[in-house]
Amino acid sequence: MSNTIHIPTPLRPFTDKNESVQVNGSTVGELLADLTKQYEGLRKHLYADDGKLRNFVNIYLNDEDIRYLQREKTPVKPGDALSIVPSVAGGAPTSAVETELPTLTQEEIKRYSRHLIMPEVGMDGQRKLKAGSVLCIGAGGLGSPAAMYLAAAGIGRLGVVDFDVVDFSNLQRQLLHGTKDVGRSKNESAKSRILDLNPHVQVDTYETMLSSANALQLFRGYDVILDGTDNFPTRYLVNDACVLTGKPNTYGSIFRFEGQASVFGAPGGPCYRCLYPEPPPPGLVPSCAEGGVLGVLPGIIGVIQATEAIKLITGIGEPLIGRFMIYDALKMRFRELKLRKDPECPVCGTNPTVTTLIDYEQFCGIRPEPQTAQTTGANVNDWEITPVELKKKLDAGETPFILDVREPNEYQINRIPGSTLIPLGELPRRYQELPRDREIIAQCKMGGRSAKAQEFLKSVGFDSVKNLRGGILEWIDKVDPSQPKY
Amino acid sequence: MALLLGPGVAEAIRQHGAGTYPNECCGALYGRDGVVTATFGLPNTTEEGPRRRFLVRPQDYRAAEARAKDVGAELVGFYHSHPDHPARPSQYDLDHAWPFFSYIIVSVRGGTPEDMTSWRLRDDRSAFDEEELSVGT
Repeated sequence: MSNTIHIPTPLRPFTDKNESVQVNGSTVGELLADLTKQYEGLRKHLYADDGKLRNFVNIYLNDEDIRYLQREKTPVKPGDALSIVPSVAGGAPTSAVETELPTLTQEEIKRYSRHLIMPEVGMDGQRKLKAGSVLCIGAGGLGSPAAMYLAAAGIGRLGVVDFDVVDFSNLQRQLLHGTKDVGRSKNESAKSRILDLNPHVQVDTYETMLSSANALQLFRGYDVILDGTDNFPTRYLVNDACVLTGKPNTYGSIFRFEGQASVFGAPGGPCYRCLYPEPPPPGLVPSCAEGGVLGVLPGIIGVIQATEAIKLITGIGEPLIGRFMIYDALKMRFRELKLRKDPECPVCGTNPTVTTLIDYEQFCGIRPEPQTAQTTGANVNDWEITPVELKKKLDAGETPFILDVREPNEYQINRIPGSTLIPLGELPRRYQELPRDREIIAQCKMGGRSAKAQEFLKSVGFDSVKNLRGGILEWIDKVDPSQPKY
Repeated sequence: MALLLGPGVAEAIRQHGAGTYPNECCGALYGRDGVVTATFGLPNTTEEGPRRRFLVRPQDYRAAEARAKDVGAELVGFYHSHPDHPARPSQYDLDHAWPFFSYIIVSVRGGTPEDMTSWRLRDDRSAFDEEELSVGT
């Protein structure tokens, strides 16, 4: 008495091309045992090493899956037919690190032992970290702690995109750089610090400004993007490029005493534009250079970003996807907001209108700098004046009204001689103090707030208002280097 | 080993991958003697997240195999897409692979199909070997 087993196409080469084979037995298991006895080559494809049927091998008794009968113990009657039916399954690596994980050396096992003894990380997690890569946008306040902890934790490859040089004013919070590094390229300084922490890390530095021209290509080479930028054009650029390349963005931002963090652009999760579809008007939100930042703040936020990157790469825990963390250092409080993916989002929504990178300076309403003024020093427009031109005016005996719109504590650090302080926030109720018959030169630290002041004054009828280009910093650089910078 | 794709085959796979992006697509390959002459798109029924997985159910596999007779060819393998990942098989692909089938993978970046590769399971199931892929016109 024998039963028929139908053989699927990919296994027929093992059964002498037969579409069906006659086998003997009283249960499904016995029929299969007889089959593999006749055709030994089938065994490794049907059974896993532990002797169990592979989960993508389906056995049907007549038209019933044996999983819903008594599995291999299911009895068979004469005339019953058995079919082997493949499930065809596969897919991309869940993270790019799933394939061929690297092994750890003796030295690495010692170095990472505190990770290895935790089952959540263990050897597999550590090997995923070694195979993993993170691209840090910026080697500044956020990039510093993030890069250092990721390196120490054993990330395999760390990219750093920065084009700045280390300045004394960075040292209060950017721990990648030391006093001896002032004047050195941030990338070089970062690389030597990272390699000192962990020579096993491959550090790739990109001495360039992240732009619409290079972002997609750069991002494709990494598993996770870590946004440590301090301006809106780059923040939107990073977000859009992450969505377009399918890379998660561990996001952080800091200002004064408050920090924010989230994970954007993860599969199924919201992106930065779901939260903020449009950038704020230029100048409305001051940068850290203008508003200041508590030095320890990026330490907290950057480490949250690094934590999220590690979780994404190792696949453990609950990532900060769809959640927006807000940290207040003065109150010492964390708050969490729920974020939803916006189906109308122009980048990650169901009908995206942004399908390629755009001009983000323009998107954020930032006026391009007039080129000629920079090269010739000549005043090419009536809304802006350079420090050198202002100096000439003063030397020629002219008496413009120099309006400093910074805060009093900034005015204590440095000032242009003869300037009058009215902070930007007080201007709407104090502008009557300004002379109507003199030219007004508005000035702040770098030119952002004073441009707002200029706009406001023009709206209330002041005709002759110019903005001091580059603010007091450029004044100090070009005219009066004796004053301190901040 | 080498695999030749007949007219329209590569384009059909690419279009299917672009159409289901950011999810994975999958389908059957028909032909014989190292030539693929037709494709048949199949539903991706995975419950593990179609961005990173695909699954052809047993009933769909049976339909795909039955269809081979209709088109007068053999079932020679399957294709699937890797959205925003390289056209290289994953460990998951290897764990679920069948012998003798050609597995075509098309990488789809940001909705645009890019590299296409084809793979065969090694006899001892230890790895995939890439097979040369050429496109006929």
